[in-house]
Amino acid sequence: MSASVAATLATSGLATVDPSVVLPLQSGLGAVGDLVFGVLLWVLEQWYWLMDWVYYITGLEMLNPRYRFMHRAILVGLCVGVMAPLIGTFLVHRQLALIGDALAHTGFAGVAVGLFLNAVIDLGVSPYLTAIVVAMIAALFIELISEVTDAYNDVSMAIVLSTGFALGTTLISLNAGGLAVGVNQFLFGNLSTVSPQSAAILLVLFAVIVGTVAITRNQLLYVTFDETAAAVSGISVNWYNRVMVMLTAMVVVGAMQIMGVILVAAMLVVPVAGATQVSRSFSESLVVSVVLAEIAVLLGIAVAYYGGVTAGGVIVLVAVGIYVCAVALGKIQSARGEQATPDMGSIEADGADVGTGD
Amino acid sequence: MNTQDSDPTTATAADGRATSGTNPDATASEPVVDLTGVTFGYTATPVVEDVSLTVDLGEYVAIVGPNGSGKSTLMQLMVGLLEPDTGTAHLFGERADRFDDGERIGYVAQQASAAKEMPITVREVVKMGRFPHVGFGRLSSEDWVIVDDALATVGMSAFADRRVTQLSGGQRQRAFIARALASEADLLVLDEPTVGVDAESVDAFYDLLAALNADGITILLIEHDLGAVAEHADRVVCLNRELYFDGATDDFVESDALARAFGTEARFLTGADG
Repeated sequence: MSASVAATLATSGLATVDPSVVLPLQSGLGAVGDLVFGVLLWVLEQWYWLMDWVYYITGLEMLNPRYRFMHRAILVGLCVGVMAPLIGTFLVHRQLALIGDALAHTGFAGVAVGLFLNAVIDLGVSPYLTAIVVAMIAALFIELISEVTDAYNDVSMAIVLSTGFALGTTLISLNAGGLAVGVNQFLFGNLSTVSPQSAAILLVLFAVIVGTVAITRNQLLYVTFDETAAAVSGISVNWYNRVMVMLTAMVVVGAMQIMGVILVAAMLVVPVAGATQVSRSFSESLVVSVVLAEIAVLLGIAVAYYGGVTAGGVIVLVAVGIYVCAVALGKIQSARGEQATPDMGSIEADGADVGTGD
Repeated sequence: MNTQDSDPTTATAADGRATSGTNPDATASEPVVDLTGVTFGYTATPVVEDVSLTVDLGEYVAIVGPNGSGKSTLMQLMVGLLEPDTGTAHLFGERADRFDDGERIGYVAQQASAAKEMPITVREVVKMGRFPHVGFGRLSSEDWVIVDDALATVGMSAFADRRVTQLSGGQRQRAFIARALASEADLLVLDEPTVGVDAESVDAFYDLLAALNADGITILLIEHDLGAVAEHADRVVCLNRELYFDGATDDFVESDALARAFGTEARFLTGADG
């Protein structure tokens, strides 16, 4: 889609950037990209094969092999269902729920930058790639502001959010007419426009995000729960905060394809909020939030397909419905669990050798 | 009347060494904490001014002072959470703000700074004490034994699988103490650790600290309860922006440093005061 838009708009007379600056970048990206892209397309082929197989067993119309886009949408949805609550868990418990929204809106600016560059200098990269870059820069910017001012604050995030969206709309209106049509899919998400290229980008994001969280889970947990104690124990809090916001930027842009800019933050927050209601331990809450998100995604995509409505909205509505159920379940749980209070032991000085390991 | 009362700024390091007779390990290694002429302010006005002191391995030091006297700030300077504006702060011989051997320090904050609504069990909190030891890895079975021992020590074994949000303030504080224990640190830093802990448990808690100290662990305690300080700590650092006193607890009780630092109203509530 971006290629045709680029072709239409290449003639629009906005080519003010020298193409020679961009061409080496383009070919460099291409060389590395082709190899990775090849592997990812192979993965995608395996996924199609698996989905075909599920179709022949279940006979579900939305998995019909003629609808490859649905196969891709489901793959993207499943990946988002894992990585959004995974990152969201660490954000929500630091009162950073809003950051997803802020980054989504700067991601929108990134999409606009990508569309603009494609139109003006025929860059030929996916707008999602420019969105990732812009959102990650914005993420670092938010984090650095918070390091300087010693607090994440609503005001700076609101400023970043509106700046991103304002920049996005300005760039898009600058490009006039033709683009506005293409923008809807970024604002609201679209199942049918998940291209193989976008799916491949998402698989890369998925691997990076899940891999990073798997490696640094101890540090992320400590920093999330108790920043001061984490700092004393030698964990570089700022560094992990930067990692966290960068991962958030990646998740948000990845999820944008099917959720859209406006609703993407919901995937970071709503399943996590639901899981918080019913889980006792942190690891349990991680698992539960992923399960809730997957249910929301699959139900949402199915309803969107058969009902002919926008997937993003349905997914969020389903997620909120699940959240309401979780709240109710949590209330019942705590009402039942209230009776049995175990006896608290005394502090034993004799047990003190635990501190020295003798 | 002690001579160290005469001038708050010069009474410092010399007294620290004078009282280190109680400390058998003093000659064995570098000081755990070494502050030289440390001044720090969040704004232009210093909160801590020209403080010099050393804490040697195995000492039991209490930091006292009125509200807003810079106690917590001083402690943050000591563990490297803050960087001095002037002067130097060293921790185990390294610059405190660059110190990265976190497994040597256990930290219990003033009424837990931690996230309050997070679903996390007591055991998962205590587990964090092992994180500096395991890094990116998983906890081994020995690590889990240490975690369970720490829980047993603070009498919280029965609550191990409870969500921290369901605990009372005192119970939560015990969990954080257990986390510090599980870290098997050489230095325990405690910022008003007994706030919210019930009265009987406070005594048991100080017995625990004494036992840990007897095992060679250095203890740095910020405490508002002067009676507890007089009873338990070996050495007292009295602070109100500047150092007012640094020396043995008995000398502190007899000195007028308290009155000067707090104003005339403060006095010990134990019988220790003459």
